[in-house]
Amino acid sequence: MTTATDVDLPTLNAEEIKRYSRHLIMPEVGMDGQRRIKQGSVLCIGAGGLGSPAAMYLAAAGVGRIGIVDFDVVDYSNLQRQLLHTTNDVGRTKLESAKNKLNALNPHVQVETFEEALSSDNAMRLFKGYDVILDGTDNFPTRYLVNDACVLMGIPNAYGSIFRFEGQASVFATKDGPCYRCLYPEPPPPGLVPSCAEGGVLGVLPGVIGVIQATESIKLLTGIGQPLIGRFLIYDALNMKFRELKLRKDLDCPVCGTHPTVTKLIDYDQFCGIAPAQDHSAGATVNATEITPVELKKKLDAGETPFILDVREPNEYQINKIAGSTLIPLGELPRRYQELPRDRQIVTQCKMGGRSAKAQDFLKTVGFADVLNLKGGILEWIDKVDPSQPKY
Amino acid sequence: MPNTIHIPTPLRPFTDKKESVEVSGATVGELLKDLTTRHDGLKKHLYTDEGRLRNFVNVYLNDEDIRYLQKEQTPVKPGDSLSIVPSVAGGAVSPKPQAKAEGGLS
Repeated sequence: MTTATDVDLPTLNAEEIKRYSRHLIMPEVGMDGQRRIKQGSVLCIGAGGLGSPAAMYLAAAGVGRIGIVDFDVVDYSNLQRQLLHTTNDVGRTKLESAKNKLNALNPHVQVETFEEALSSDNAMRLFKGYDVILDGTDNFPTRYLVNDACVLMGIPNAYGSIFRFEGQASVFATKDGPCYRCLYPEPPPPGLVPSCAEGGVLGVLPGVIGVIQATESIKLLTGIGQPLIGRFLIYDALNMKFRELKLRKDLDCPVCGTHPTVTKLIDYDQFCGIAPAQDHSAGATVNATEITPVELKKKLDAGETPFILDVREPNEYQINKIAGSTLIPLGELPRRYQELPRDRQIVTQCKMGGRSAKAQDFLKTVGFADVLNLKGGILEWIDKVDPSQPKY
Repeated sequence: MPNTIHIPTPLRPFTDKKESVEVSGATVGELLKDLTTRHDGLKKHLYTDEGRLRNFVNVYLNDEDIRYLQKEQTPVKPGDSLSIVPSVAGGAVSPKPQAKAEGGLS
């Protein structure tokens, strides 16, 4: 970081000087700044939508050491936005694909890959020695885990988050600045906020937000400019507007306040209200309010006529559907539930089972007694029953 | 003169897809009440069953967090705008496979 003296900083060879010449001729960066970038290290949590553009620009800029934590495999549905990966990479691990691209982009950069799920057990070990953590994950337990580990270890967090057409960015956990918990002391209950997999995301959006995270990382490494500390940037791609909100350090913050109550990493799934993982592959853990695709198929084949309620959006319904299902998007259900038959069993269904569980809960509150949720949604239906339909 | 409330993307399904809603009232609380009267489906997303603003929903008057003003009692002037800023987690595919199984969070 900015504490290194000139003599401690690594030197640049002739090839590097040529490569970074557009940095070197700017006095704000210059030779010292570029050497600070080379000495710097950034750990990207996730090599997906946000991590892809961020890691590419960090590598191009000459950040000396880039770490990536991920264990996912490249899928066709990633290619619309995750530029680190190409069509040829489908089926490879994201880490392998990422390392390959980053090495090709800049062989002077050391790429470290960690094929593990970030957890309370390994976060401190993985973060150790990095100057900046770049949080590009997609779920609340990991967001809080990254935040708390950053605060406890004194490492700044270049934060970015995306949903549909909207992105958020900030820098958390600097010495005197606010942290993620100052902004959001508590996570939303599971299911209330839809995921990108369910809500969708405009492919270029993570490009904008990931590059903002990379920009902030480079500013932190070089010590130039005004970092996005104490400010929360909201980007609206549809209206092409940036708004900035003030963030304050909460003196009562449980992790970075004056009397912290969180002094070590906790169980973040529990904190976020998520039950321990079940073995979904076995398909044996269906509870009484769920029905599996295979069971539903049996019912239909036996001549039963459950009312299949698809609660996705019309554009999703165009891609694939269960024959005979009726579409009422979740958001319209509160004013349209009277259209549903009271004398038939209802099976709620969405893409993966999240929204339909909410629909099921809602229908029970308005007096429908016999409502089952299709486990795994249309995706599992296609996997187990009707592979002729496309998935998304 | 009415005030504007900016509706974030995740909550637009409850405002007929509108990105901002014109409301009137003398305080932040009154503006929010007017909003949830016009769009009833928002209520459970913004308030607990006890009628308190939910902890993961932040409300800003212009660019200032109302928690550092007078919360819902904060007076508003004509032309002031409110923003609702809920937490959003989207990014890479999860480095936590077990969370993915939840569907609602992955």
